[in-house]
Amino acid sequence: MLIYLLNGDYMLLEISDLEVEVEGKKILKGVNLTINEGETHVLLGPNGAGKSTLFMSILGFPNYKVTNGTIIYKDQDITKLSTHERIALGLGVTFQNPPAITGVKLKDLLTIETKKHFAELSDEEVNEKVVKLGERLKLNESFLERDVNLGFSGGEVKRSELLQLLAQQPNFIMFDEPDSGVDIENVELVSKEINTLLDHDKEDGKKGGLLITHLGYILNFVDATHAHILKDGKIVRTGKPKEIMEDIRTSGFGDV
Amino acid sequence: MSTFKEKAEKAINKEAAIGLDVDLEEYDQDSIDQHEKIDSLSELNKKDQEVLQSVGVEPDEENRSASFLQKDQTPVFENNMYDGVEIMSVPEALEKHDWLSDYLWTAVQVDADKYTAKAELGELGGYFIRAEPGVKLDLPVQACMFIGDRDTIQTAHNIIIAEENSRINIINGCSTASHVDSAAHIGVSEFFLKKGSTINFTMVHNWDNHVDVRPRTGVILEDDATYVSNYILAKPVENIQAYPTAYCNGKNSRAFFQSILEGHGDSIIDQGSRTILTGENSSSEMITRAISHDESTIYTRGDMHGVSPHVKGHIECMGLVLSENSKIYSVPELKCDTINMELSHEAAVGKIAEDQIQYLTARGLTEEEATSMIVRGFFDIDIKGLPEELARTTKKLIDLSMEGS
Repeated sequence: MLIYLLNGDYMLLEISDLEVEVEGKKILKGVNLTINEGETHVLLGPNGAGKSTLFMSILGFPNYKVTNGTIIYKDQDITKLSTHERIALGLGVTFQNPPAITGVKLKDLLTIETKKHFAELSDEEVNEKVVKLGERLKLNESFLERDVNLGFSGGEVKRSELLQLLAQQPNFIMFDEPDSGVDIENVELVSKEINTLLDHDKEDGKKGGLLITHLGYILNFVDATHAHILKDGKIVRTGKPKEIMEDIRTSGFGDV
Repeated sequence: MSTFKEKAEKAINKEAAIGLDVDLEEYDQDSIDQHEKIDSLSELNKKDQEVLQSVGVEPDEENRSASFLQKDQTPVFENNMYDGVEIMSVPEALEKHDWLSDYLWTAVQVDADKYTAKAELGELGGYFIRAEPGVKLDLPVQACMFIGDRDTIQTAHNIIIAEENSRINIINGCSTASHVDSAAHIGVSEFFLKKGSTINFTMVHNWDNHVDVRPRTGVILEDDATYVSNYILAKPVENIQAYPTAYCNGKNSRAFFQSILEGHGDSIIDQGSRTILTGENSSSEMITRAISHDESTIYTRGDMHGVSPHVKGHIECMGLVLSENSKIYSVPELKCDTINMELSHEAAVGKIAEDQIQYLTARGLTEEEATSMIVRGFFDIDIKGLPEELARTTKKLIDLSMEGS
């Protein structure tokens, strides 16, 4: 049974009492977080609070050991699923510092991602789609032929990550610092695509997002519905993004 | 000639400087069957044809300029389809060209070890390839060394000559028939690149679990000559040890070695390349990609010796260890005899980086798909600069060798 909320939206992601260890060290100490369809949440907090750990745990990376709690996605317990199974269910992520992989071309990845989502397309149509998406993010065909993340500039990394999500079309998306290392001109481009990915341009968008940001600058362009402060492995405050950002600006994370 | 025999006899028990010692007595050459000549490679049975294809030798000879096949010790097929390039067995060539004997054992020493000695003392085999001056041929010449009998030893003494300003592309495939699981192969190859000539040489090995392989290769380069070697070994082998040496004697001569090595089962692979940079402004590059599976052991060696000033060289070795019980040793050596040269090496050996696998699984690939994509990428080394057909075949062979790994 899907849980209907009062406004008719479904619950997308529900994290309960999540405790996670990395290499024997407890990083998350009981995280509770619920994200419904159409919502975009912002995760704030000092360095080392566990923000990225929460992302990796939602993705199910093997060295992030869940010692307690559950992660429910669209009514299904995904706590024990492998990463690719979670992706197949509709999760997506952009990384802050993705690894370069020699010999693996960005285009090859995009082709695989596009084929997984649009199984009915012919090779030619897939290629056409990939090139078109690239143009949207100002990444031309010769750029697509490059080894993924190898020698990419900060801005190119962000755009390449978003491009891959456009090919994947996930329903719940996590963005890890999408605005770090991006110049002002490109923040608008990046924000525009984040809004597209999250269906913010649609009246009745059903997609959900979770965004880590340090600067908060991107919130001028991306509408977030909720904000949370994660500190020492726990969510210590939840509220409206503008209010929380304002408090952080005046008094830092110390007193929140 | 007799002095070669004398020297060889003295060296017949001389162990090689590196690599496991192979007991050549285990293998027989005296009772090898002579095979009948064939009129076309497509006369071979289907299985043999498939084996040929696996090492880049096309039975229908499409997109090839000449073909040669030595089965065990018999040259069973040779076909010259273009003017300006000749291919034939070495005994035949020695009869045709009285000058050819001057080349024998000048790029490789006959008494280097017991294997070179054995090649001299056994029945003379091997191919002779020569490109006439100024001839530039894009379509590759294909040559195949094929072992069809169990427990035999195949020897070959190949001579390859690129005359002045010629350019020739060679695919050399070596393999055992599918029913042969035990044999030995000794292949001596002497390359001579005259002024301004280029040889692109792609060699593919497809042996079986119990085949001992000892290639011995010397390459002599004159002014402005370029030698490009691509070596692919992706199938199991008992043990192989090779250390081809390029002598960049000429001004601006260049030697380029690229090796793709994949260890399976309990194979022992000891593969190196050596360049002696004597010519002014000569240069060399060696690139190796090695992957070890199962209980295999891979040694990859690179030896760059700068003799004259203003020479350049670089050795690059990347190794991926994919199983707990396999090993990769990378042994680069640089020697500088004088000032003003640039010699360098870089090596990285390890397992696949976990963050790379995780990144790809976060894009929806399974762990196996991610691993295989990374391994493919790892082998995707630059084959640019190769003529179209050779590049196509080389790429295809790399892909083929990746299947099932």
